[in-house]
Amino acid sequence: MPEDKIAVYFCHCGSNIAGKVDVEKVTAWAAEQPNVVVSREYKYMCSDPGQDLIKEDIQKLGVNRVVVAACSPTMHEPTFRKAASDAGLNPYLLQMANVREHCSWVTEDKDEATEKAKRILNAQIHRLPFNEALDPIEVPVNPAVMVVGGGIAGIEAALKLSATGKKVYLVEKQPSIGGHMAMFDKTFPTLDCAACILTPKMSAAGKDPNIELLAYSEVEEVDGYVGNFKVKVRKKARYVNTDTCTGCAACLEACVVRKVPSEFDQGLGKRTAIYIPFPQAVPLRATIDAEKCLTLKGKKCKQPCTTACGPQAIDFEQQDEVLDFEVGAIIMATGFELWDPTPETRYSYGQLDNVITSLEFERISNASGPTGGHIVLKNGEAPKSVAILHCVGSRDENYQEHCSRVCCMYSLKFSHLIKEHLPETEVYELYIDMRAYGKGYEEFYKRLMDEGVHFVRGRAAEVSSVALSPEEEGRLVVKVEDTLLGIVRRIPADMVILSSGLAPAKDAKSVAQTFGFGCSANGFYLERHPKLEPVSTVTDGIFIAGCCQYPKDIPDTVAQAGAAAAGALALVDNPTVKVEPTVSYIDPEKCCGCHICVSVCPHTAIQYNEEKGVAEVITAACKGCGVCVAACGSNVPQQAGYLDDQIFAEIEGAMAL
Amino acid sequence: MTDKFKFAMYWAGSCGGCEISVLETGTKILDVDANFDVVFWPAAADFKYKDVEAYDDGFIDLCLFNGCVRNSENEYIAKLLRQKSKVLVAFGSCATTGGIPGLANLASAQEIKDLVYRDNPSLDNPDGVYPQEHYAVPEGELDLPHMYDTVKTLAQTVDVDYFMPGCPPESHQIAGVLDVVITALKGEGPLPAKGATIGVAPKTCCDECKRVKEEKKISSFRRIWEFLPDPEKCLLEQGVICMGPATQAGCGARCTSVGMPCRGCYGAPEGVIDQGAKMLSTVASIVDAPTPEEIAEIAASVPDPVGTFYRFGLADSLLRRAKV
Repeated sequence: MPEDKIAVYFCHCGSNIAGKVDVEKVTAWAAEQPNVVVSREYKYMCSDPGQDLIKEDIQKLGVNRVVVAACSPTMHEPTFRKAASDAGLNPYLLQMANVREHCSWVTEDKDEATEKAKRILNAQIHRLPFNEALDPIEVPVNPAVMVVGGGIAGIEAALKLSATGKKVYLVEKQPSIGGHMAMFDKTFPTLDCAACILTPKMSAAGKDPNIELLAYSEVEEVDGYVGNFKVKVRKKARYVNTDTCTGCAACLEACVVRKVPSEFDQGLGKRTAIYIPFPQAVPLRATIDAEKCLTLKGKKCKQPCTTACGPQAIDFEQQDEVLDFEVGAIIMATGFELWDPTPETRYSYGQLDNVITSLEFERISNASGPTGGHIVLKNGEAPKSVAILHCVGSRDENYQEHCSRVCCMYSLKFSHLIKEHLPETEVYELYIDMRAYGKGYEEFYKRLMDEGVHFVRGRAAEVSSVALSPEEEGRLVVKVEDTLLGIVRRIPADMVILSSGLAPAKDAKSVAQTFGFGCSANGFYLERHPKLEPVSTVTDGIFIAGCCQYPKDIPDTVAQAGAAAAGALALVDNPTVKVEPTVSYIDPEKCCGCHICVSVCPHTAIQYNEEKGVAEVITAACKGCGVCVAACGSNVPQQAGYLDDQIFAEIEGAMAL
Repeated sequence: MTDKFKFAMYWAGSCGGCEISVLETGTKILDVDANFDVVFWPAAADFKYKDVEAYDDGFIDLCLFNGCVRNSENEYIAKLLRQKSKVLVAFGSCATTGGIPGLANLASAQEIKDLVYRDNPSLDNPDGVYPQEHYAVPEGELDLPHMYDTVKTLAQTVDVDYFMPGCPPESHQIAGVLDVVITALKGEGPLPAKGATIGVAPKTCCDECKRVKEEKKISSFRRIWEFLPDPEKCLLEQGVICMGPATQAGCGARCTSVGMPCRGCYGAPEGVIDQGAKMLSTVASIVDAPTPEEIAEIAASVPDPVGTFYRFGLADSLLRRAKV
């Protein structure tokens, strides 16, 4: 064994690290440590000259172990490992010491930061002699991609990928693709008709020969790893043969169950038990709501739908279908849910008539909506006064701290639509801050100011029906502190629109778990890096796009969908991909066959060999999560790169000073 | 004295079970007699400390030392026997890993005395009498050993040649070890490498356990008095905390074969540093609950976690003891 020659590089990261840590002091100290043959500091180690320092020392000084004290390894470990590799050193003999996120950014006192940096560095200096050279494992890549979610993000990503000739599975939970955008009337700030710009894309996705549209379907299981995901999708029974159904809607006319609240119309309109969510649905196929259909509930029905159906497409015996297929990459575009304002009882949503959510207003103002696009109250009359309350469930410590980013703009759009339909109606926008940050947004805001809308700066305190004056009698009253005037106002309104924030889907956490990545503190999917990898997740080969990542408007969503498609393409367009060699190994001489590792492996990468009575790791399926190592009672699974002696040496190093 | 090999056995902080286990080897004990002169064995023969003190260094060929080092007397004899013995074996769980007495490391010596002599509800000690280390009587001064705050293993006190776990070590394993040692002393075979764990089997207790093992997902923990466990199925899968997966094999899985969970007396398997932490990690890995709240609830249902996971190994664990 050649002697260990460790080189230490301490990065200033501009003032990010050097502003708190005494870099010269730590570098000089490191030079004195066992096995360290060279210790240097540099302003930006990630720059070319910085990387060259490493390369030169490997080649000229015969350095055979390297530690770079800099940022998080998730940021630049690949950069430095590549540099080491270019200079002929096995990349797994290089370790990062995170003295930025773990030290300078989170430590106030300079002396403490310097001492802490030493410990973090010392941990790696102690560890390195135990590191072993490892070789990446190369695996083949399946060129197909699955896109989960058929809103504008999913549709866009699917179309982009299809254009490159890749096979795409587009999985949508609802009977039709289209997502939230299909519900909107106009889009801000250009006031394009949402349907006019969306439906061509929906229809293109539906007809695309490369896109296998799996609507009314849900992903049940995901297994495997980058380039080789095994997917199980449940195609829910529609009780309608989608091959023969023509979408003529004759069955809808015939159905006797006619008062089911329409999900698409936010419950404001009614649909039948057999239904097509909206006229432009893709696929344009009927679906029977099993919970409402008399026949499926076991009640008596003459089944007029069957009689009305020309092609005899109705099939009450239809069962769910489970599809298994493999893809090389996955794009998650599962969208958002509108924050339900019911808990915010002071706004009386669900208590008082004509207090509605923004999405309900979208349907009311939509020409194909339940009111035919007429902005009317529950009693059919036009409102004389409308109040639009911003930041409901957003920027609110009680509910969601985040800004939902789109509410200011869609609220302005509402004002415009109301003024357009009902020029005499008074419109009040009750806002905290007006966030008009996108292209053409500020101009749109200015335009609204000229349209006679009343802007009141203040978060609404309550919405009640308690009248204190004849003017308020029989109307809704919004109480608000106008912070610009410095007075409390009572605004009588006939309609109150709650500009509800965007919330993560209720199942976001469990979905993220199924796919093996995480959620941020606010519940949206967690991207790999907030700035540099906003569409990647920690799971290689799984990308995210649209509002499942964080609230965003349509242009940003479409841009992100394109980025996610490019990310997926960059992966599946290669025949093979290199995966980390930090995988587990089980020594059959030591395994007692207790099945614990088999039970805990989240990637089904461990199988029990009945014949030998031991567990075995399928190397290609192992993602190196280390769960088996932690779970085994007798330390039999060992994970390359994370061996006990390596970890203990790291701990010893950190504690030694 | 004959020219037979010299044998010693000693009990420090222990219950005496190890001695019984040696006698339980049955006719094998005759081999001991055939090959050894017993030169010190308080449980079986009348030798005094002064006899041992008078022996030459290395006089004893094989010394089986059981019990933990709990007080000044234990420590003195441990050091004395080390000096006088060629082969010193930490015999049984207490000598090897601290054993049950090692759980005393959760408290200080004073706290233990307070509980035993003052706070125990069944006590009748109105004068608050505590045992004294020194007490003058007309015949002279009486001394008691000084009780330490921390229970130590034999190896934390003196250099140990071999470790033989078990509470107590199984008789068939003792017999096997005696064979090896006798053969080696006669020059007919090798001794194991110094520091080896002897009298054990490869792999873990699960390997010896005949119960059917399948995938493990635990949604609640139970103790065996709460239900009648399925006699065929892995106890851990039935929610009973069975230390089998984190316990060295060697006992023949005697407990699990009669429906009792493994308590872990054979200690950490080869390669595991801290048996309790390892088993805790194992159990935590197989708890099956969707929310952190439910996980916390399930975890809280483990009675006496230290006593369960570190029943025999606290003194030898990474943390060794609670803060005094």
